[in-house]
Amino acid sequence: MARMPASSPASRRVLVVVPAFNEAGTVGQVVAEVRAAQPGADVLVVDDGSGDATATVAERAGALVCRLPYNLGVGGAMRAGYRYAMRRGYDAVVQVDADGQHDAAYIEALLEALADADVVIGARFAGVGDYPARGPRRWAMLLLAAALSRLAGHRLSDVTSGFRAADRRAMAVFATHYPAEYLGDTVESLVIALRTGCRVAQVPVAMRSRAAGRASQSPVRTTVYLGRAVVALGLALVRRWPTELESRVGPA
Amino acid sequence: MNANLVLGLTGSLVTLVVLFEMLRRHRLREKYAIFWVLVALTTLLIAVFPGVLLWAADLIGVEVPANLLFFGASLVLLVVSIHHSYELGRLEDRTRTLAEEVALLRMELEQKRRAPSDEGAPGDTEAGSSGDAGAG
Repeated sequence: MARMPASSPASRRVLVVVPAFNEAGTVGQVVAEVRAAQPGADVLVVDDGSGDATATVAERAGALVCRLPYNLGVGGAMRAGYRYAMRRGYDAVVQVDADGQHDAAYIEALLEALADADVVIGARFAGVGDYPARGPRRWAMLLLAAALSRLAGHRLSDVTSGFRAADRRAMAVFATHYPAEYLGDTVESLVIALRTGCRVAQVPVAMRSRAAGRASQSPVRTTVYLGRAVVALGLALVRRWPTELESRVGPA
Repeated sequence: MNANLVLGLTGSLVTLVVLFEMLRRHRLREKYAIFWVLVALTTLLIAVFPGVLLWAADLIGVEVPANLLFFGASLVLLVVSIHHSYELGRLEDRTRTLAEEVALLRMELEQKRRAPSDEGAPGDTEAGSSGDAGAG
């Protein structure tokens, strides 16, 4: 089959990657929603060593399923997804959480924004997403947003969002460098993208509350979160990253 | 003095025997064994010739020779621990990469099994046939 021009959005081959860890209850619906919203896109569920029926449910819903042999965290799951996308010559990757908090209807908006950016974050807008964050957790998010906005040169309000799209340029970076550490999958990956010269933009989206709630908000845990956020950000800023793009991951 | 000799001798000799036995059973890599053999031999030297320690302490200007010994020993242990953390991190990185690769290969294999005649698997529609998919 003839390869179509990658620049035209209509013919763009899109892979939606859904990292899932014990999300059998929601992943089926997420896959169905994504397929309904983006009929032309392929859906890859990366089962991050789940102990439940996540992989079977996702497969039944019509997704490709990649089973990690043990739990690697979101970073490992996403890097596997980016590698697959690079090898199969996709033009864009969209990351969607398996817990159902991301509305597949916004995927189109993320993809459209890729016209002027390499990474697009789906950012919760104030109030509408009704995101319960206060105290140290909120401070952490504000601090991270401020630091990354400065690095990007324009305002990024929600840098911990796992709802994002990447074009080929960013995919090449993420396929080799996608951190596995805590908060690395969100914050540090953005720092890597920015420092390797990718343009990062954001699109406002409304988030749904988690279908199976578990957003723990105890003061100790949120304080720990703040500390880890500061450490993750500090490390990301001082670490050495490749300054130019390299692609050692299969045909690009 | 006698206790020092006995303790030093026992410690270093037991270490040497254990190292030898571990090497013999392929339980220890040479590159690590060499380091520990050196540590054990140094301990042996100081146990048999305590004068070495006194001389070194005098040379550096440490008043209590035992303090020099403790300082040196803790420094060595610290460096070894840091080195182990480094090696552990590197191994984690490698197993992570392997795990990702295994998962991708397994998926590919299952796709092939399901559609043995062509590259008809869902993600394989266009570019897959030109990439590594056809090489197998």
